[in-house]
Amino acid sequence: MTTTTSGTPVLEARGLVKKYGNVTAINGADFELRAGEVLAVIGDNGAGKTSLIKALAGAVVPDSGEMRMNGTPVSFKNTRDARAAGIETVYQDLAVVQALDIASNLYLGREVRRKGLAGSLFRRLDMPKMREDASQHLADLKIGIKSVNQAVETLSGGQRQGVAVARAAAFGRGVIIMDEPTAALGVRESGQVIDLIQSIRDRGIPVVLISHDMPHVFEVADRIHIHRLGQRAGVVDPKTRSMSEVVALMTGAEEPTDEERAGL
Amino acid sequence: MSTGAPAAAPSTATSSISSRFNARNLLREPLLGPLVALVIAIVIFSSVSNSFLNPQNVSLILQQSVVVGILAVGQTLIILTSGIDLSIGAVAVFGTIVMAQSAGAGGPFLALGSTLLVCVVFGAVNGGLVTALRLPPFIVTLGTFTAIQAATRLLAGSETYRVEPGALTFLGTSFRIGSFSTTYGVVTMLLVYLVMWYALSQTAWGKHVYAVGGNPQASNLSGIKSQRVLFSVYLTTGVIAAIAAWAALGRIPNADPNAYQNANLESITAVVIGGTSLFGGRGGVGGTLVGTLIVGVLRNGLTQAGVDNLYQNIATGVLVIVAVAVDQFARRRSQ
Repeated sequence: MTTTTSGTPVLEARGLVKKYGNVTAINGADFELRAGEVLAVIGDNGAGKTSLIKALAGAVVPDSGEMRMNGTPVSFKNTRDARAAGIETVYQDLAVVQALDIASNLYLGREVRRKGLAGSLFRRLDMPKMREDASQHLADLKIGIKSVNQAVETLSGGQRQGVAVARAAAFGRGVIIMDEPTAALGVRESGQVIDLIQSIRDRGIPVVLISHDMPHVFEVADRIHIHRLGQRAGVVDPKTRSMSEVVALMTGAEEPTDEERAGL
Repeated sequence: MSTGAPAAAPSTATSSISSRFNARNLLREPLLGPLVALVIAIVIFSSVSNSFLNPQNVSLILQQSVVVGILAVGQTLIILTSGIDLSIGAVAVFGTIVMAQSAGAGGPFLALGSTLLVCVVFGAVNGGLVTALRLPPFIVTLGTFTAIQAATRLLAGSETYRVEPGALTFLGTSFRIGSFSTTYGVVTMLLVYLVMWYALSQTAWGKHVYAVGGNPQASNLSGIKSQRVLFSVYLTTGVIAAIAAWAALGRIPNADPNAYQNANLESITAVVIGGTSLFGGRGGVGGTLVGTLIVGVLRNGLTQAGVDNLYQNIATGVLVIVAVAVDQFARRRSQ
């Protein structure tokens, strides 16, 4: 499953700082994502999870600190830079255009043009290819949608999430970040999303999962990054810690071990 | 942006099923409502008046629809981005004055060029204010409408300017297809529709116009440069206003600062009746063409039936409100 030299993290951040006026959203945070893993990022509201994730996704430019991807220093000025580096993000509000069809949404901002004069001079899109590939991407993730010509607004919440995840999986060569993917979903649909996360990991792409839902986190995560007061409080193994211990660590009622604090 | 294709997937049977014709999709087709309305209007008027479906009368309806029909294409673009353009009619009228005046000074081709330039500059002003200063399009175009209308009167000095027959009146030239006579203006209108239909439905730019209108945040997160797309829409609308100015001089070879006072509102009417949502992101120029024809048929038919012009305005007004109500209802149901 490992696609890089074991030991070198796929995505790594050291000492990230981001201030908005007097508010410090990220206060010297570290982050480490290893090859082929699902890393859950949890933390109380206002702990700065979202700011950290936005910095990793290029949506926020940190004031200081350094980031490395597969050992190489990177700095993202916008989401386009991060996407070019192979980091795809599934946002909480999904970032899909309701009135557009599924295939168009999957390829939004990355449309494929026809070959030859039709594409180069007349800028004609290759819709048949995009539809075919979109169907394939949905099928790869076992997302049951009959037609990719349907508008996204005709889909259920879980299916919409599926479209957003399929888009990330189709283009995310390096890392897929998912922000609260099950927050707005019912039990059955949440289960489908958890399956999706597992099938993405099975394809060798590491996933960063931001979630409030402890049972989901424990079901799918290989390691859990606990964020507290704008910093990484520690990284724990869900196999050695219980859910209530993790919650205690998250709220500061319990202190992490030295190893956990170091993120080992 | 469009080169980052993922690895090609092998062809599957599911994709051919997905693109197959589907009766349920037809019922969801947004063009259906406006088309039914158009057919009903034609059936009613042709049963009231024997001459309604005469080739001459059909040709007249098309010719009467040309200027508003062309403006409505630009209006569709703006409304798709969830904006509205109150100035496009005034820009076109200003264009006719510029065209007539500069034709006297430098010939018809200089006149066409300078009109195009002036209209595109107005489009750039609207687009610049909407994108760079993030002002609401309603307010921006209300302001430019007022200013351009006044500038038109200052420029024209309450006179009208006759243009010589030639390149500037070319779009009024008629030709025959069998027994059906029509003008190059009608052909031009249909071409403008065809080109914009292609641009909206077959190019990435078109997808981005829908995306920016439907969900600006998602567009930005998808890497679309929303403000650039928005600006290009206003520039294109400037070009379309210049074409409308040319078509207007083809229809009546007299540049009049007081002409086409209702054209702007009628273009909005055509767009809304055609099923394009005022909230942006859904609709298209196909619907607008049907909407333009509905307005044209209604006016022509009511005139033939001897109904006063003011009652026609009332009928058009009711139609707009019905169309917006239907749009609102459809949106609520889909959410």
